[in-house]
Amino acid sequence: MTDAQGSTAVSVGKGATKALLHVEGLTSSYGPVRALDGVSLSAEAGRITAVLGANGAGKTTLLRTISGLVRPTAGKVTLDGEDITRAPVEAMVGKGMAHVPEGRGVIAELTVDENLRVGSLFRGKVDRSEFDRVYDLFPRIAERRDNAAHTLSGGERQMLVIGRALLAKPRILLLDEPSLGLAPRIVAQIFGLLRKLVDSEGLSVLLVEQNARSALSVADVGVVLNLGRVVVTDQARSLMADEGLRHAYLGF
Amino acid sequence: MQQFVNVTLSGLTQGMIYSAFALALVLIWRSTRIVNFAQGSMAAATAFIALAIINAGASYWVALPVALAAGFLMGAIVERVIIRPVEGGPELNAVIVTLGLFVAIQASIAIIAGSSFQSFPTPFGVRGFTIGDTTIALTPTSLYIIGSVLVVMGLLVALFRFTRVGLAMRASAFGQEVARLLGVRVGRMLTLGWALAAVVGSLSGLLIAGGGFVYPAYMDSLIVFGFVAAVLGGLDSPIGAIVGGLILGLALSYIAGYVDRGSALVNVAALVILMVVLLVRPGGLFASSTARRA
Repeated sequence: MTDAQGSTAVSVGKGATKALLHVEGLTSSYGPVRALDGVSLSAEAGRITAVLGANGAGKTTLLRTISGLVRPTAGKVTLDGEDITRAPVEAMVGKGMAHVPEGRGVIAELTVDENLRVGSLFRGKVDRSEFDRVYDLFPRIAERRDNAAHTLSGGERQMLVIGRALLAKPRILLLDEPSLGLAPRIVAQIFGLLRKLVDSEGLSVLLVEQNARSALSVADVGVVLNLGRVVVTDQARSLMADEGLRHAYLGF
Repeated sequence: MQQFVNVTLSGLTQGMIYSAFALALVLIWRSTRIVNFAQGSMAAATAFIALAIINAGASYWVALPVALAAGFLMGAIVERVIIRPVEGGPELNAVIVTLGLFVAIQASIAIIAGSSFQSFPTPFGVRGFTIGDTTIALTPTSLYIIGSVLVVMGLLVALFRFTRVGLAMRASAFGQEVARLLGVRVGRMLTLGWALAAVVGSLSGLLIAGGGFVYPAYMDSLIVFGFVAAVLGGLDSPIGAIVGGLILGLALSYIAGYVDRGSALVNVAALVILMVVLLVRPGGLFASSTARRA
């Protein structure tokens, strides 16, 4: 277990890895409320890093600050060595970071296919085979491709927004509570697919979850956040094994 | 029978103009949630630009594209310079800003062009076509009005449906945050949306002026009718704006044509229609079933 204020993440097994996304001393506030208080963490390439914690721990603010939707009052965010702390939100996806916001972020008025196309817009003309690949990953949304997105179920919406983010060809995917409101079977399916993408295609994932048990079962590294501060960073399986910590912060 | 045909035809022609103006309001409302009360005086300003060009000796066909281009620029500048600072603030701020702009532009027109009535040309005749030995109320000018509005609407549909810019504009309108996260330059898309809306508004201003008179406040009644048409259709729906405009055009034409002293009742009738529709279907005729996220 590493000290909470340590600026580097633990290196976890499987040989040398390097921090793709690195966050240092990140502090941000919503008005008078300090939502993040000097958070430091790293997401390594080819890994799933899960940020866990109760409601109000600052998980969503963390992702929103990383992607520039919220401006930090202090701290630094680097992506593959490049300082992106002040980069415009619109530029992030071009740098290889795709953020799927809380509440799924489906554009309800557009069709399923149009939603996917929005994901690839910034890349210019994209070969149709990339869409077919996403539809192969998520056959359920393939059947609905010409339907308006507001007709989809919660699970289908989650599949759509992940598929849409994949069409942006990100190096790192930021996911905000993908399990929210979904049946356990669907959650397992989506997490299983993330694992597959990470293992077979070198995708990296920074996942924010209240559902700690599911998240730790799929993640490599876990970061526990409480009241805007990092409590502990460790391998997911070590966190799973730490009963005291689980009871205190993770609620299972 | 002949009167019915005539009243219907003139209703459809007027309705097309209401549709175009309503469409301009809807395009702005659905992307920025602002009712642009300045749309009418912005359109009037472009009509005066067209008139100045025509008075300088150029043909209508030169003045028309220049005026529409001026509308495009004006829409873009208004969004960038005047609306952008109040976007995201309390909704009432933006409404008051567009009202202020409405008054300011109208006053500027009066200062620059004077407030007298000036006749505005139409490129086609206003004599009805003759079928057999009866003359109907369909004139070359009304065909021009219907045709040009249809062409512009067709171009807009093609833009939104089939182009990447159109998709980016729709994404920006319906999911601003998601669009930004996916790299869409939402600010530019909103500017473009205002610019295109101003073109459609300008077209309606030029068409309603054709063959009649212009003065700084000549758009005022069209503003009311266009607004009623937009609300009839649901304010969020481009199709609704078009259908709303046609319904309103026909209804007002029947009232003017068949009710005793009906032409004096037209303005009141527009408001009565609006109230009835809102009582029966508060969201408008084409209210979408989708609840919009904030």
